[in-house]
Amino acid sequence: MNGSPSPPEPALSTPLLAASGIFKHFGDFTANDDVSFQIEEGEIHALLGENGAGKSTFVKMVYGLLQPDAGSLEWRGEQIAIRSPQHARDLGIGMVFQHFSLFQALTVAENIALALPGDESLEDLAARVRQMSTDYGIGVDPDARIHNLSVGEQQRVEIVRCLLQDPSLLIMDEPTSVLTPQETTQLFEVLRRFSENGVAILFISHKLEEIRSLTRRATVLRRGRNVGTVDSASKSSKQLAEMMVGGSVGDIDRQARPDSEPDILFEVRGLDRPPTTAFATPLRGLSFAARAGEILGIAGIAGNGQDELMEALTGEWTGRGRDVIRIDGRDVTADGPARRRQCGIGFVPEERNGHAAVPGMTLADNALLTSHSLGGTVGRGVIDSAACREMAAAVSRDFDVRLPQDNPMASALSGGNLQKFVVGREISKRPKVFIVSQPTWGVDVGAALFIRRAMLELAEAGSAVVMISQDLEEIFAISHRVAVLHDGVISTPMVTAEVTAETVGLLMGGSMPLDGAPDMDKGEAGDTA
Amino acid sequence: MINLVPRKEIPLRLTLMTTGIAVALTLVAGAGIFAILGYDPLAALYQFFIAPVSRGYQIADLFVKACPLIIIASGLVFSYRANVWNIGAEGQMIFGALFSGYVALYWGGMPAPLLLPVMILAGMLGGLVWAMIPAILKTRFNTNEILVSLMLTYVAALFIDWTVRGPWRDPMSFGFPLTPMYPDAGLISKVDLPGVGRLAQLHWGVVGALLLAVVAWFVLRHTMVGFQVKVMGDAPRAGRFAGFRPALVTILVLSISGGAAGLAGMVEVSANIGQLQPNISFGYGFTAIIVAFLARLNPMAVIIAGLVVALAEMGGDAAQIAMGIPKVVTGVFKGILLFMLLAGETFNRYHVEFRLPGAAARAAAKEGSGA
Repeated sequence: MNGSPSPPEPALSTPLLAASGIFKHFGDFTANDDVSFQIEEGEIHALLGENGAGKSTFVKMVYGLLQPDAGSLEWRGEQIAIRSPQHARDLGIGMVFQHFSLFQALTVAENIALALPGDESLEDLAARVRQMSTDYGIGVDPDARIHNLSVGEQQRVEIVRCLLQDPSLLIMDEPTSVLTPQETTQLFEVLRRFSENGVAILFISHKLEEIRSLTRRATVLRRGRNVGTVDSASKSSKQLAEMMVGGSVGDIDRQARPDSEPDILFEVRGLDRPPTTAFATPLRGLSFAARAGEILGIAGIAGNGQDELMEALTGEWTGRGRDVIRIDGRDVTADGPARRRQCGIGFVPEERNGHAAVPGMTLADNALLTSHSLGGTVGRGVIDSAACREMAAAVSRDFDVRLPQDNPMASALSGGNLQKFVVGREISKRPKVFIVSQPTWGVDVGAALFIRRAMLELAEAGSAVVMISQDLEEIFAISHRVAVLHDGVISTPMVTAEVTAETVGLLMGGSMPLDGAPDMDKGEAGDTA
Repeated sequence: MINLVPRKEIPLRLTLMTTGIAVALTLVAGAGIFAILGYDPLAALYQFFIAPVSRGYQIADLFVKACPLIIIASGLVFSYRANVWNIGAEGQMIFGALFSGYVALYWGGMPAPLLLPVMILAGMLGGLVWAMIPAILKTRFNTNEILVSLMLTYVAALFIDWTVRGPWRDPMSFGFPLTPMYPDAGLISKVDLPGVGRLAQLHWGVVGALLLAVVAWFVLRHTMVGFQVKVMGDAPRAGRFAGFRPALVTILVLSISGGAAGLAGMVEVSANIGQLQPNISFGYGFTAIIVAFLARLNPMAVIIAGLVVALAEMGGDAAQIAMGIPKVVTGVFKGILLFMLLAGETFNRYHVEFRLPGAAARAAAKEGSGA
């Protein structure tokens, strides 16, 4: 926090932006249901809510990308209709999107010039960018080419591009989802400086700790409704989470990892994977092992080889060599997914729709998808559909999957319910090894908690769990050891309880040599011996 | 404003309804075309769709005409379900006729009960071999199977033309491009039931075609082969994750659809023609594509769709004879039908919303003020 928190009373002056009674429908779905909201000049205000709570819909209306079906918007006390993003920019509203729109081959200055009206020369523009960069400590070099910049730097280019249009309100949509903890800290410093200079910031996030540290007030949306505007710092993360979910949120306790060294159930030794496309990250000499009873977290920012690694672990991609991947001592390097499953391994890839599950097929068929090689569902090539249906029903029951009807299509389930199904489908087979990528991505808080508990229980029962996750909170909440994947190289695993988020963050940003990492903390790596 | 909102599930009732409406609209459009051409639309539709089946023996003919369509479409369903677009069934059918014809003409001396079974196998093999060319080119070199299979059709047509004019021509044919007649053991006999007698031209191949459609339905619906095909078509990435191999599935479905087309070629010649000639198919391989889609890629429905399309074909002949309507109108009919079906598919997949600009806002405002 910058200064002492002030109470969430509306200021006496006219608010910069006031929305009242905003409605927005998409078909039968009401994305915004009577949302009212105010932001003061120079205020950092959080818009908080789960996926699908209506945050993005709301800001798109403020930025002129969507028109409200009903309700009014007031800008500096005057009622207006924001017709288009151009109109929004003219008013002084800027927005930094979650996904950037930068030309990779052009320089920073060229990219910014493309977005600005008028015909300012590139030299003048570069000078302005440099000036702004030093004023706010943003650190953007106007002559750098975009493809040489890290994701965090690209985001700063987007921010500078907005700032050059001199906005009085800057909207940031989930800006930290692509950043390391260090980059996040830097971003927050920059944002606070803007705020001091009178720029209001509407900060969209579902990360509670961030919101508490950065913002003064938070408006919480739940299923399209405004459930209250609160003083961020006065609420605990748990209280904010409960506002978001609309019910009580439990806690999970990670059990300490056993002191003895249990058996290695899953081992990767010297995994190399050349890039298959121009945009793929090559994997270089990956080695790690997961022991019975533990969750091994693999942290890293998206695009550092997670997809490539997951494909190599599932067997969708198979490499050459012997003993590169072993399950419980058995070499599966050359085996495909079906054979690996027969060895007692379960997988859940990151993408639910079209990878972990077929959206257009029933849950019974989706149960068959990963069990057809395991017996019990197929006899002499003929599918036992009753057995598949029973399996799907059992998974749905045990993993609290809420079904709109009996044996529905996978596409009829919400994201959280489908994720519980695909996780439950594997865990219910009691696999010796469970490998999962982004287990709670885009899932509501309740489902995320359920999934994390299920993984902990599986580990306690003696399985080894490998969890690839970009969510550091998640890694620190449940993994016993953590390794970091950066640019296709993995660090030596460290005991999670003995490292700090800063260390892991530095590794994620690639600022430390990966093999030197364990020395930075006094924590011993589990498998260095 | 018109919005297309994807449906989460497609009810069977809706599929039946859109199919029915598509057929009805085809009839309306067809009537319009007849009117423009200066024919009495109702009389023309009568000639097209009712006259051909107004007598008992004609119904048997209808089944005979539908036979190759049902056989080919039963195989094509597998290919299209897997998102592999085999457009070359016509060529594969010709190669089925060629392979089985070779057996009939040059190995005809084998024990009589063996000849037909060997010809059936040879026919399927011929279609399969011809379909393997696009299969291998696609899996090895990532070529487009639509282009390759389509172009190979013309190669096959020219090839059979050459064989029956050249090396396989019957020396006694007085120069006509025909092979010798097949031996009797190589011909598919007419259905001749004790007590009922013969049912016009109805032959045992028709019975086989109906059985084949049922078997195809079972395989697609209840076996791992069918499951793999459907998963690879719907979500290839999920298929790989399940452990299915995309290249194998591509080869499999091209084998099935090619083999079925080859079988159709064998049946058509052995049951109806009795010898090879330059034209053995009259576009069955292409028409079967429409049959497969009219059946919504369901092999059971292929039987009905095959009969409907065969009816239109026969109607074209009847209308030409009775009213002098050019036969090409049949092709126009088929085109309109396919167009209507594909348009109907949009309504199956999407829910259409009509909205006047501002109307929604007013409705919401009313709701809002009430709340």
